[in-house]
Amino acid sequence: MSTNISRRDFNRLFATGVAGAALGMFGTSGAAFAAGYRVVVIGGGFGGAATAKYLKKLDPSLSVTLVEPKAAYVTCPFSNWVLGGLRTMKQITQTYATLARRYGIHVVPDTVVGIDTEKGTVKLKGGRVLGYDRLVVSPGIDFKWSAIDGYSEALAESKMPHAYQAGPQTLLLQKQLHAMKNGGTVLICPPGNPFRCPPGPYERASLIAYYLKQHKPKSRVIILDPKDKFSKQGLFNKGWKRLYPEMVEWRGPAAGGKVLSVDGGAMSVRTDLGELRGDVINIIPPQKAGLIAFTAGLTDDSGWCPVNPTSFESTIHKNVHVIGDACKAGAMPKSGFAASSQGKVAAAAIIRLLRGKEPVAPSLVNTCYSLIGKEYGVSVAGVYQLAPSGIVEIPGSGGLTPIDASDDQLMQEAMFAESWYTNIVRDIWA
Amino acid sequence: MSSYLNISLSALLMASASIAFSAPGLAASKASIRQNADVDPRGQVLSLSCAGCHGTDGKSAGIIPSFYGKSPEYIESALRDFKAGERASTVMMRHAKGYTDDEIHLIAQYFGTVWGKNK
Repeated sequence: MSTNISRRDFNRLFATGVAGAALGMFGTSGAAFAAGYRVVVIGGGFGGAATAKYLKKLDPSLSVTLVEPKAAYVTCPFSNWVLGGLRTMKQITQTYATLARRYGIHVVPDTVVGIDTEKGTVKLKGGRVLGYDRLVVSPGIDFKWSAIDGYSEALAESKMPHAYQAGPQTLLLQKQLHAMKNGGTVLICPPGNPFRCPPGPYERASLIAYYLKQHKPKSRVIILDPKDKFSKQGLFNKGWKRLYPEMVEWRGPAAGGKVLSVDGGAMSVRTDLGELRGDVINIIPPQKAGLIAFTAGLTDDSGWCPVNPTSFESTIHKNVHVIGDACKAGAMPKSGFAASSQGKVAAAAIIRLLRGKEPVAPSLVNTCYSLIGKEYGVSVAGVYQLAPSGIVEIPGSGGLTPIDASDDQLMQEAMFAESWYTNIVRDIWA
Repeated sequence: MSSYLNISLSALLMASASIAFSAPGLAASKASIRQNADVDPRGQVLSLSCAGCHGTDGKSAGIIPSFYGKSPEYIESALRDFKAGERASTVMMRHAKGYTDDEIHLIAQYFGTVWGKNK
């Protein structure tokens, strides 16, 4: 002990007037000190887990509780890589052990069923009630099951997976692809805007094609899209043409892209241009904020949560912050990266607000890679700031991989995509 | 044990206002003892998103470059070069163009010193 605290340092401790307390602490592991402000975080995805970690990293005095029902979190990012056979489920599964052990976050495996914003408490399904000084709500998305006639949660779980919350749904879609005959048709049906991970359905088409090209080369992937345009469209089109000509086809609304209803028995979808049968049908329904956001009255007519863009504090309920896919974050897309960026901004803002200080102007980022082939990656970047109209992309910044990128560059982007995943999950869950 | 004390000591030497709040963190772990009162709050908010790709505190585990342990001058010069398109990159020029020179300076100060505060 004495070798590490020099006499000079020791004197400096006395000079600051805290040495007594400090020395006492060495013997008691801090247990004798009252915990600081209480922050409860609902949801252990990219947004919630990042917020919890960064709250403790930036201010270890806080008492941070993370409520998440799942013992392990399967990430949506890279779940398309699983469909392509490039990753295992285990490799995209994150746990909370490190957040608990290394950062001292109280991880509570339960579901929040109610929020009392007047009293500052959340009620858990298991019966416990947790008090908070600040609450962070990061529930992700829920689906509008009734938006497509004939579609339902039961149908998603049996025959037509959405696979847009990773886990059993990813496995079901993978199983169907593996069971499909060579020459089969895969239908991928994305929703209109806004929805989680705008390039997700198109990366999915690419990596399913990557799998099919190797194992079932006579098969087809048809994307039925109610939108006239989609994320990274030029880059995907170019990649499909190069890697999967004749295999991947995109049909916009004018070409019968809008799915009006589905039939689980016939394994078909109905569009303006008639019925279309699929051997594998992936329906990605329209979305809204996760359930607890509605229960707690945090949503507006849009089905998403309006927030103050500096702190991500709800404009409806005080001391409650909503981040990630569930919130309305101006120009930012609904992505895991965006959620983690918002979580960090919210964490820094919460720490200042608890100390009676104004949060500083936010700076937000999004970086999303999409893999088209094993050595063919593309990316979109965005840097965002606050303008009078809300969160806007900074002019002249961000944007896509150049459409004329060289093969070397596309390969580098694919390699950076892998590194992106490694680092972002460590930045959030480790 | 010795590293534990080193960490404790550096935390204790920070502004006394933060000392009382540091206590549970000291018990919690080494990792939770991090930047504190002397960090520019705007620099912090500008910098935290970078960790999404480059790793916490700029410590990358993959081929994305790590800048943990680099000097503020190195980081500032690299970011300015990315912004000007004078340093080859796939995505970094697109990012760097989102920041003013003053903001780049703040980011460089943050990451160029944060690793020293972890010791």
